[in-house]
Amino acid sequence: MSLRTSRRLWLVFFLGPALLLFATFMTYPIFSALAYSLYAWEGIGQRGFAGLANFVRLFTTFPYPRLLANAFSDNVVVFILTMVIQNGTGLVLALLLSRGPWGARVYRIIFFLPVTLSLVIVGFLWALFLNPVFGVVNKALTLAGLTGLARPWLGDPGTALVTLTLINAWRWLGFPTLVFLAGINAVPDEYLEAARIDGADEWHVMRTIIFPLLAPAVTIIVILTFIGSFNWFELPYVVQGVSGGPNRATDVLGLLFYRTAFGEVDTGLQDIGIGSAIAVLMFLVLVTVSTVGAVFLRRREVEVG
Amino acid sequence: MTRSATRGAGTLVQAILLANAALVLAPMVIMGLSAFKTTREIFQNPFGLPAVWRFENFNRVWVEARFGQYFQNSVIVTAVSVAILVVLGAMASYALGRFRFRGNDLLYVYFLSGLMLPIRLAIIPLFILMRDLNLLDTLWSLILIYAASGLPSAIFILTGFFRTLPADLDNAARIDGASEWTIFTRVMLPLVRPALVIVTVYNVIPIWNDFFFPLVFIKSDHLKTLPLGMTTFFGQYYTDYAALFAGLTLAAIPVVVLYVVLSQHFIRGLTAGAVKG
Repeated sequence: MSLRTSRRLWLVFFLGPALLLFATFMTYPIFSALAYSLYAWEGIGQRGFAGLANFVRLFTTFPYPRLLANAFSDNVVVFILTMVIQNGTGLVLALLLSRGPWGARVYRIIFFLPVTLSLVIVGFLWALFLNPVFGVVNKALTLAGLTGLARPWLGDPGTALVTLTLINAWRWLGFPTLVFLAGINAVPDEYLEAARIDGADEWHVMRTIIFPLLAPAVTIIVILTFIGSFNWFELPYVVQGVSGGPNRATDVLGLLFYRTAFGEVDTGLQDIGIGSAIAVLMFLVLVTVSTVGAVFLRRREVEVG
Repeated sequence: MTRSATRGAGTLVQAILLANAALVLAPMVIMGLSAFKTTREIFQNPFGLPAVWRFENFNRVWVEARFGQYFQNSVIVTAVSVAILVVLGAMASYALGRFRFRGNDLLYVYFLSGLMLPIRLAIIPLFILMRDLNLLDTLWSLILIYAASGLPSAIFILTGFFRTLPADLDNAARIDGASEWTIFTRVMLPLVRPALVIVTVYNVIPIWNDFFFPLVFIKSDHLKTLPLGMTTFFGQYYTDYAALFAGLTLAAIPVVVLYVVLSQHFIRGLTAGAVKG
């Protein structure tokens, strides 16, 4: 056996298994998912090429346009609220931790702890806490003299989505905190010292040195928050059920996709064509945003040097 | 700033950090304490210590509610899928990082494209694929999809590590007549051990916690993983708060213990995608 052939065989040996696994269970399904949206379906059986008919139905035939718009806007609300509440708090905590306060190491470990918990545990735990009759949240509010605030947080369409977003933020807060903290710690100390010696106050140092150098970390968090918000599924499913109750107040694209793909308990509505069309739309949104974000990120990095 | 103002600022910083730590820990402490109470005690005295520490709630959940079985399934699925993706990922990364051949860059980019693909959106074709392979309602359906979807991050991390190793290392071994497999297992793998730890941690937690794929693929109760089994359990015991809290506590314990022991690895591993270096 020549050296060349032997080398080629080794390459096949090392790369083949991973390539086979990846192509079969990642590439092939993704391309099929795109193709499925262009076919007509009856149950789980394919019924011929249909062009863009599924997309047309999704956008024009009752009840799909309304469901789609409602779910999409819920995802957007989740994204905005998460950016402001969770990532805003994370930035503040990171700035505080970066000053090296007493116990900073322990705080880091505590803050990150919920990130490791499954969303199923987190969802069920808070569902028990938020039970309007037996839950500890309303009990605590009553004890604190805030009886007026005790309400069915998850049962009221007006508060359900915000409450879910807060539960999600409780689980994720440590993540942006530590990513921001790593970004701040990467700012060279000389910059900060030089500015402070020049008499710059803390706010000035933050605004002119820390924030610009934190830009890559911020971009990453914005992209990951966007992807995370548009991938919402477990939390609303576990806490509010597959229909995104109450009255579809917590219905998101992930739930809508799952229901159209696999059927809903109450309506039995299943339509693989429509489901695939929703998947393609979500796919386009997610891939566009991650690509644009990645390009943006790379350009930023060159600027910072 | 005067000294007292500095001290005042320091106190405020501690107050905010402490408040947030309490917000993180209080729900978990209440969960853990409630697991030892009776349901009636949970309603009457939700915040205090249990009057009697009852361990029978855990026993009930572990045996009657089949948590033991769910645990076992989760352990099997997580261990096997991580083992497969680490071994295959390391092999592929070794080839991509150490061999020069036509198409190397293209293959690397091909694997990395998986980092951006939201594979859950392909659940309908995956369902049909698993049905055709006769894998629906088996643990293999989960193992294969987890191993495949973990490969891109594994290859990304490991190829980077392999590329930083000096070229003389494998060349010297090759001149000594070692086979490629010996070079890979005896020379290269020991040197990238830290990267193997990162890959493992990065994948173990999401796989252990996953709910979506079991929900679609697994129907038999005895094959359910922990997150899926918990939804069954919550449906059956929904008025039995003592059992529910015991179940949540049991489900949280392994991850929390592992985290406390390996927190630095966890933080580095789970933020690996977002933080460089």
